[in-house]
Amino acid sequence: MANEDQKTTLPQPATPDLDTQPMTQAEAPPVPSESALSKPALTKKVDIVEVHSAEVAAVGVAPAQVPAPIPAQEKTSPDEDKKENKRGNKKDNEEKQPELVRAAYEHPLVIRVTHWLNAIVLFVMVTSGLRIFRAFPSFGPKIPQQDLIDIPKSLTLGGWLGGALQWHFTFMWLFGASGILYISYQLLSGHYRTVLFTPKDIPGVWPMMRHYFLFGVKPTGTAQYNPLQKLAYTSTVGFGALSLLTGVVMYKPVQFSWLAFLFGGFHLTRIWHFAAMCGFLAFIPGHLIMVALHGWSNFFSMLSGWKREPEYQE
Amino acid sequence: MIKRLDDKDLRRQSRRQLLKLAPLAALGLFAFPKLSDRLVTEGVAFSDWVAGALFRRQHLARTFSNSEVAPFEKFPYNGYDELDPEVDLEKWTLTVEGDVQHPGEYTLAQVQALPKINQNTLHICVEGWDVVGAFGGTRISDFLTLVGANKSARFLEVECADDYYESLDMESVLHPQSLLCYEMYGQPLDRKHGAPLRLQMPTKLGYKQAKYIDTFRVSNVLKPGKTGYWEDQGYSWFGGV
Repeated sequence: MANEDQKTTLPQPATPDLDTQPMTQAEAPPVPSESALSKPALTKKVDIVEVHSAEVAAVGVAPAQVPAPIPAQEKTSPDEDKKENKRGNKKDNEEKQPELVRAAYEHPLVIRVTHWLNAIVLFVMVTSGLRIFRAFPSFGPKIPQQDLIDIPKSLTLGGWLGGALQWHFTFMWLFGASGILYISYQLLSGHYRTVLFTPKDIPGVWPMMRHYFLFGVKPTGTAQYNPLQKLAYTSTVGFGALSLLTGVVMYKPVQFSWLAFLFGGFHLTRIWHFAAMCGFLAFIPGHLIMVALHGWSNFFSMLSGWKREPEYQE
Repeated sequence: MIKRLDDKDLRRQSRRQLLKLAPLAALGLFAFPKLSDRLVTEGVAFSDWVAGALFRRQHLARTFSNSEVAPFEKFPYNGYDELDPEVDLEKWTLTVEGDVQHPGEYTLAQVQALPKINQNTLHICVEGWDVVGAFGGTRISDFLTLVGANKSARFLEVECADDYYESLDMESVLHPQSLLCYEMYGQPLDRKHGAPLRLQMPTKLGYKQAKYIDTFRVSNVLKPGKTGYWEDQGYSWFGGV
């Protein structure tokens, strides 16, 4: 243990009121702080402190000034030992040993930009889309029209059908652009590996669900995202692609008649488009609850890219 | 990848990365109604420009067999105000003006004398519903040939007996399925569907397909604020499908 090593290199006991004396290197060799060592910190953090202390001890204590190793217990009282430790730690912090923080740059700029762009764009697309749906809230024929749902005007954007269409037809370009930017970036940078749900993630989904919904043990994570997160995030890309492609069909069903055919015709395309929105509406509350539960550092990482003290080990 | 950083370093890097998101704040402009009105108008104009560029006159709308056509009583009546502007069908003529060699008044008989097209096509409303109908009429392009219209002009403006008005891009007007429609389901157009003459264009949304038309004007310039009844309130001008 480093603790033992330190104790063996301690100098002769200092005067009891050492705190008031000017300090020299010989008098105060760096010693790991009692508090730092006994603090219930992460193993990694303790490691860092240990490494640092040993290094400083080697540098800071000139061999000639070090008295022959004497068992610490014989030389110093426990009280004095404590004092020494405190002083040593203070010096480390101020001069040589900055406190190191575990951190990971999780979200590159493109991901952050497209994430927040999408947050705004999806808000506009859903609210204006609901307003458009309000003009004919049905999937059947016009006559007889069977309204499925009466969407409150307060949940909608645009004021009327024409206004909502303006918002929808403006933000659809931002939606498409951010989607294309996101997917190209993920593929070209290889960053997609952190988030793409693949068959090998399947076995990990259920344990996470059991943890969240049935209070099961939390599976230990070794990566940025757990399998359930990968599934959720990958699904949203699917919802996005579906809403974009069905949107193209609804916008130009004649010019893109081949695409309309793939989706089973104009009627079915409207249903797919609505279903894609439902997918987003299912994802968003879960996403927000998880963000709320996982604290500031996690939330802030989507703004700054850096996550302080990630909860997973690598 | 987990790194170990000095706390100060981490804060500085976080701050720097955070600032890089600042341009996104420009989207906040949409929060101001005066600006957002302009921005979304520009957005629709851009969409229309793309839609116009994508349009191909050779690209035909799907046609349907008689068994797929909705029954006549299930074909909705739709109008912006009154469904029957009480056009005097006996005295009705179509006024043709603008960039044409033979401006003047044209009778329904003159229109009907041109080759007749019957087509079962999908009528799509901007509201989201659609219905397959059976339509009969003559190609608008044939009629424009008859009146000696300059087909390289940009627009066809249409005025209606019920004060509705429209304007269309010439490319869509010359599409082979764009009809001057005087028949539905083998019967003369009824008053609520736009008698005696309406536009029937399966490449356009319903609101572009004006009913009770009484004036055609071929032109190169549209008066701002007079591009179409709904368009002037915010609908897409191209209105294509």
